[in-house]
Amino acid sequence: MNGTKQPSKIAFVIGASSVGTLIEWYDFYIFGMLATILSKQFFPADAGTAALLSTLAIFAAGFIVRPFGALVFGRLGDLIGRKHTFLLTLVIMGGSTFAIGLVPGYASIGWLAPILVLILRLLQGLALGGEYGGAATYVAEHAPAGQRGFWTSWIQTTATLGLFLALGVIILIRSSQGVDQFSAEWGGWRYPFWISIVLVGVSVLIRMRMSESPMFTKLKSEGKTSTNPLKESFGHKANFKMVLLVLFGAVMGQGVVWYTGQFYAQSFIETVCKIEFVQSRNIMLIAILMATPCFVLFGWLSDKIGRKWIMLTGMLLAVITYRPIYKEFINITDASKRTQIVDNRLSSSMTAFPLIDAKNKTKLYIKKQEDTAYLDGSVFKYTIVDTLYLKDSLYSSRPLTLIFPSMIRYHSSKPFVHVEKTLGNAAFWDMIWLVFIQIVYVTMVYGPIAAFLVEMFPTKIRYTSMSLPYHIGNGVFGGLVPFLGTLIVEFTKSDAHPAGDVLAGLWYPIGVATVCLVIGAIYLSNKMDENVMD
Amino acid sequence: MIMNTIKKLLGYVWMIIAPSIILFLVYQAVNKITAASEAAKANTILQWVIILLIFLPISIGFFIFGKYASQNEYDQLP
Repeated sequence: MNGTKQPSKIAFVIGASSVGTLIEWYDFYIFGMLATILSKQFFPADAGTAALLSTLAIFAAGFIVRPFGALVFGRLGDLIGRKHTFLLTLVIMGGSTFAIGLVPGYASIGWLAPILVLILRLLQGLALGGEYGGAATYVAEHAPAGQRGFWTSWIQTTATLGLFLALGVIILIRSSQGVDQFSAEWGGWRYPFWISIVLVGVSVLIRMRMSESPMFTKLKSEGKTSTNPLKESFGHKANFKMVLLVLFGAVMGQGVVWYTGQFYAQSFIETVCKIEFVQSRNIMLIAILMATPCFVLFGWLSDKIGRKWIMLTGMLLAVITYRPIYKEFINITDASKRTQIVDNRLSSSMTAFPLIDAKNKTKLYIKKQEDTAYLDGSVFKYTIVDTLYLKDSLYSSRPLTLIFPSMIRYHSSKPFVHVEKTLGNAAFWDMIWLVFIQIVYVTMVYGPIAAFLVEMFPTKIRYTSMSLPYHIGNGVFGGLVPFLGTLIVEFTKSDAHPAGDVLAGLWYPIGVATVCLVIGAIYLSNKMDENVMD
Repeated sequence: MIMNTIKKLLGYVWMIIAPSIILFLVYQAVNKITAASEAAKANTILQWVIILLIFLPISIGFFIFGKYASQNEYDQLP
């Protein structure tokens, strides 16, 4: 049956499935990428309950609702079919994304705003939990035998391309509007949410033209579909042991490699290396674009040599090279490792009128700006904010020259220093290559995994069985990379080293990937199941 | 044969690691919640409750995985 599939029909199946999945990823990412603005608009820190709801939106959507969505929609997909289920997830995702863009801010409707956004975010997580398993299963069940890795790898590109699309749309709107207009209550940050409804509309129309998976159709016509997919997936030892093996021997490591390469890297470049906002995103965008074809390459290769060793090699390389790569990030962006242009300080200014603190009128802020140019074309901007405490309150601003030493009670010994680095061309490309290497690891672990998962489980409970471990591996193990990474760095802080070891956060993905690598190498088989119609 | 013995022995290792993870996370949760300021306490508790809720079943799953491995369930894979 599969061997005679026409290439044009498969291309349509891949295209229609991939576009929808890409849009779902796009929808899920824009929330995370706009988190700072969303938290200001919907979850202000000084409103206690809103901050709690923010935590729920961030944590629960990824860690609880995604696996729950995998169970709900996985079951549905095994009962009523793949096509209608992943059509439903697409509509839920698109609808909730669009609706987030319509919710008025906290300033307008109070705490109803964070509650609405939380509900919509949870719906997004639920839909995402159901989408991937459906799309991967659907494509794999259409793919000819011996080419399953190649064809399903197109689905694998969507998570990365969704990130690319989300980054691109946000940068484009932000650049055209300017930061202030973009961040306003009804500003440009809402456009990426509104755009989603158009993308989803087109994708729904395409998906409605698709026919049900041939394997599921055959199973249904023979009356062999599962009556209780959850029980058969997790209640029967023969299948449950495979679910556990898939989770701990493949998906757990894949999740942390994926999140480290695409999210931890970006966060590290921005918060530790202090690269300027747009340049840090350009580094990610270019690296992602260059590495994306490798998904298809490794998917294709997995049809020739098996899935297991490609995925495990990706994990092994990540384990060995993460620390050197991140150390190099620090070296490339280190001011002491480059030559400053002598007497060519671009600008140096100090506020003539210090700013008086809104609440404490004895507190004054003196802002100093220093831009330093280097021979390699890099420019580092330092904003230093000094704090002065006066003996008496000051109710109107006055020039700095009229703040006399006798008026000062205390001068803060630790000024706040904000650094923003724009790298020269060579350093910029060095950063891109380092991110590129990490995304190649992502393509190694992620490219063949859809075919691998599909081949592990029987058709009648495939959607349920593969969706849950996938979303625990990615949503939980992967999603916790930023949180646990930051937590581990906190452990290393001391009075002697207040900044701690900034590379220590990598021990979490390295540790998880190592355990997964050992389990995968010892317990997994490299055999490919040619006939997934079972 | 040797491979099957390794699989079985490692099964016991996974069975030990699984509860250790939970103990470690509970210890961290208590530490972080105790150290949190009054303003951040509720938020910190919520974060750690979610983490413990999600890792408890995962650790139980890891323990069961170890148990299956120690019972030679993974010696012959399809």
